[in-house]
Amino acid sequence: MRFMFIVTSAHPNAPTPELMEAMHKLANREIKAGRMLDSGGLMPLATGAQVRIVDGQLSVVDGPFVEAKEVIGGYAIFELPGKEEALASAKEFMQLHKDFMPGWEGTCELRAFAGP
Amino acid sequence: MTVADTHRAILAVWRIEQPRLITSLARMLRDVPLAEELTQEALLAALEQWPTTGVPEKPGAWLMTTARRRALDHLRRGPMLEAKHKMLAWDMEEQQQAMPDWDAALDDDIGDEMLRLIFTACHPLLSREARAALALRMICGLTTEEIAKAFLLPDATIAQRIVRAKRTLSESGLAYEAPRGAALSERLSSVLEVVYLIFNEGYAAARGQDWLRPQLCDEALRLGRVLTSIAPHEPEAHGLLALMELNASRTAARTDAAGEPILMLDQNRSLWDPFQIRRGMQALGRARELGGAGGFYALQAAIIACHARAQTAGETDWSRIAGLYAELAALVRSPIIELNRAVAVGMAEGPQAGLSIVDRLMHEPALKAYHLLPSVRGDLLHKLGRHEEARAQFEAAAALAGNRREQELLRRRAAEAADAASTVT
Repeated sequence: MRFMFIVTSAHPNAPTPELMEAMHKLANREIKAGRMLDSGGLMPLATGAQVRIVDGQLSVVDGPFVEAKEVIGGYAIFELPGKEEALASAKEFMQLHKDFMPGWEGTCELRAFAGP
Repeated sequence: MTVADTHRAILAVWRIEQPRLITSLARMLRDVPLAEELTQEALLAALEQWPTTGVPEKPGAWLMTTARRRALDHLRRGPMLEAKHKMLAWDMEEQQQAMPDWDAALDDDIGDEMLRLIFTACHPLLSREARAALALRMICGLTTEEIAKAFLLPDATIAQRIVRAKRTLSESGLAYEAPRGAALSERLSSVLEVVYLIFNEGYAAARGQDWLRPQLCDEALRLGRVLTSIAPHEPEAHGLLALMELNASRTAARTDAAGEPILMLDQNRSLWDPFQIRRGMQALGRARELGGAGGFYALQAAIIACHARAQTAGETDWSRIAGLYAELAALVRSPIIELNRAVAVGMAEGPQAGLSIVDRLMHEPALKAYHLLPSVRGDLLHKLGRHEEARAQFEAAAALAGNRREQELLRRRAAEAADAASTVT
């Protein structure tokens, strides 16, 4: 089953070098284990934009977005046997945040891809 | 959480951690089967304790500490006075003291260690079936029951296969090391063969009720990705990954809602997974860049790539496919490849040209019980309007097919041919 992990946080500070290193090692291991297919960190929201449809009207809004509470910081795509493995993997990833970026709070949401 | 939930959660952690546990212990003990056994003991300890204590914060570290403790106990308990063992045990303790930070060991030459483990599990000393079982067990972390289920065999058969394979490895006194250079390419073929066997067992489900057993395909794809990331300069590793990705990209289109198989040319191509096709094409491109365009797996991947590139079945470049099969046939003499070439030639140059190749294969001993021979012949005869002969071929094919759904498909084709025959006369 393919899963996307989406990491969101209300305080999207850049990761500490220690966290970066730990995540890099973990990603390296997961790629070599054939589980991680893709991953990426995202630039701050201020540099992005949103294309919206409201009341049938298409509009472009440039960042930053004052109303945004949780901001997506990065994602990863995994191929795993099932949800239990996805949970175990996401926990390990979040534990790194706990260990290497004290005080950070956020969410790793895991979602299975639709389809077979 | 029920006990069953906890067990599933523990097995999930296990699948992630197990290869690293085995490689770490194998380095201590210089004995892969023993290392595997002791890591299994660590799993049992987790299954015993975690339901009450809860899953620890760092389950991987817990399993590693437990497994290493067992390994140290084993070394101490063994022929105690053997200096070698004492040295190893001492070495190990020193290593632990020097490296107390578990996370620092995360990237500890994972590639190299994994490569050694894979080459041991897939050693040419072992039969292909034994290699497949060991790889699924030691590298994918599947339990004996899961492997047995995947191969539709009794648990005891797989358990015995694993025990025997481990005994063979132990008794052979193999050095625990990955081959290098030219030896690596040579030995790699015995690994690729096993990965492909696992994939095909899942993809072409030779026996049983279901047409597909996706778990095995997924495990094989994962092993393929492991190989391309730890042996990135081996073109055939990329070729095999390409072949598996491209084949697997059609999974959603291969059966209808009732689970009946749909032949490739009749499939709804919008259901083919474009991302998987892209990954397959990338892997094939890599194989070619590395000079491996003419490899066994790369050639097969190139054939599937022709299908993947065609927007409709009618746009398939059959002459190119026929040419690729000819190259493949020159590489490996196999009547099955020749049969596939006949299909491609039949499409490129017309059914009569295909039929003359098939007719030359009719007395090939290796194809005597191969249902696709009469199936292909029936198809070509049907196209030539020789419906009565076609019907007999489809019936012969149905009688030989091992998969129930495939049998039904062939019987339907026989009935169609019979209808066509009666309309003509």
